Amino acid sequence: MTSRQLSKLAARAGFWLLVALIVVVAVFPFYYAIKTSFTPSGDLFRVELWPTRATLANYAQIFSQRSFLQAIFNSILVATSVVFIALLLGITASYALGRVRFRGRTSVLLIILGVSMFPQVAVLSGLFEVIRALNLYNNPGGLILSYTIFTLPFTVWVLTTFMRQLPLELEEAAIMDGATPWVTITKVFLPLMWPAMATTGLLAFIAAWNEFLFALTFTLTDSQRTVPVAIALLSGGSAYELPWAPIMAASVVVTVPLVVLVIIFQRRIVSGLTAGAVKG
Amino acid sequence: MSTPVTESAPIPARPLPASYRSTKVRRQRVRAAWLFLAPMLVTLAMVAGWPLLRTFYFSFTDASLSDMSDTLFIGLENYLVYDDGRWFGVLADPIWWRAVWNTVYFSVVSVSLEVVFGVIVALVLNAEFKGRTLVRAAVLIPWAIPTIVSAQMWAWMLNDQFGIINHLLMALGIIASPIAWTADANYSMWAVIMVDVWKTTPFVALLVLAALQMLPKDCYEAAEVDGIHPVKVFFRVTLPLITPALMVAVIFRLLDALRVFDVIYVLTSNSTSTMSMSIYARQQLVEFQDVGYGSAASTLLFLIIALATIAYLYLGRKQLQLGGD
Repeated sequence: MTSRQLSKLAARAGFWLLVALIVVVAVFPFYYAIKTSFTPSGDLFRVELWPTRATLANYAQIFSQRSFLQAIFNSILVATSVVFIALLLGITASYALGRVRFRGRTSVLLIILGVSMFPQVAVLSGLFEVIRALNLYNNPGGLILSYTIFTLPFTVWVLTTFMRQLPLELEEAAIMDGATPWVTITKVFLPLMWPAMATTGLLAFIAAWNEFLFALTFTLTDSQRTVPVAIALLSGGSAYELPWAPIMAASVVVTVPLVVLVIIFQRRIVSGLTAGAVKG
Repeated sequence: MSTPVTESAPIPARPLPASYRSTKVRRQRVRAAWLFLAPMLVTLAMVAGWPLLRTFYFSFTDASLSDMSDTLFIGLENYLVYDDGRWFGVLADPIWWRAVWNTVYFSVVSVSLEVVFGVIVALVLNAEFKGRTLVRAAVLIPWAIPTIVSAQMWAWMLNDQFGIINHLLMALGIIASPIAWTADANYSMWAVIMVDVWKTTPFVALLVLAALQMLPKDCYEAAEVDGIHPVKVFFRVTLPLITPALMVAVIFRLLDALRVFDVIYVLTSNSTSTMSMSIYARQQLVEFQDVGYGSAASTLLFLIIALATIAYLYLGRKQLQLGGD
């Protein structure tokens, strides 16, 4: 009897240890980045869990750099434009794919699936040519265009899944009233699709905000860079030591809004991820 | 909930019943469908289809980044050519094969670890305990952090002189002297794998959790009544039931890992001991300005990923069929 209780207790303790381990591993690196961002650069040689002297100097330094502010602006511009375009093209396409039966539908879905599995490097040289031909090199427009390669397939896929689940009766009623497909989408489906669009929009925003390869390759000057490239290329006055404290301050600035968004919308995001089973 | 998007018969449409399918309405709907698809298809053709074809084409030319229009067709020379007693081209470059090996090694090891840890985290999150929502929010944090930022965060924690990881390991007496995690060729691949596993385990965990929450409760109750050990229940009941969801997670992670670029670029730059195929191709293309050669490497990467996908789908289907029901 007692040995059984003992083993039950051990199992319980083991479970809570596991929970604690998971939480520490998940959260500690982010906590340590925040801690470092408040540490004066001169104190970095001391390894400690809590800053003995906290400072805002690293944040002041980051925000005094015009190029960093410009990068944040570029990132916001690129990510919101990409979301807007992906949703606009995605909602009409998902109506066609989710509600209408026509020849070639399966092929279109397979093409979309195929594009979502593309390695980005495989289109790099071809896309470089397209972007230069359109005069969009070193311009946020080039990034907005190229980011549709990974946001559009996934947006269409998830919205199609959601569109399919809406009841038939709605559309029947609209057709009985003589509504055209365009009116059916804008007046009947759109109001019902807001939750799905918020989810996919958020995932597309995160994907565009985080993208690195295209942003690194298709921009040249500081003023056109996005946040990930700016952070990857941050370097200090001396060539020997990277300015870790300001790098961490910049990292925290661009990450905190994302973490807050993800935690607020976690239910939405989980359902969007599992509906599309596509990485964000 | 989780749609197995890897199946070749995708989401069926939900058509109107026959009574409404008078030919006029139907024709109007089909026409509208293509009209609605057109902008998306044109965009995809412009950013994916056409560039891919151009990459294939460039791989047979001597194009350079400074002048991509004036190119000469040189056949297979970028891939393999025998000249003056020696082999040249991507396929004869030991660094390319090193990159292939690195990428495969990275993908297999990190995806395996992510699946194991992902299942463990999902099982924990599926249990009922106080504060479960908080733990789930905490698990989502690594997923929410941009890859570049997480690479920088870990680069700092793994710093050889001031990094907290060396400090902790030395304090615990595990290592005697600091390790240059990202610079030392013996450790750098493991540093990269560790960062990737930390960042993407939440994704696998979420997919597995969604599958776990749809499992029927009754067979667990039956197993408990019969007094079957939980570990046995996991391997006999749970694992077979979540296999389809696991396979979806694995293929997405695998495709993602095979094209890995940003983690490695930030953590170890262009070092050959961790160079992936994407890094190799981009280096040729952008830094060495050799569009022809870089496109040949990109094309090979595309073919490898396409082959891996087909093989995986084929094997997966076979295994699922063998698995019964």
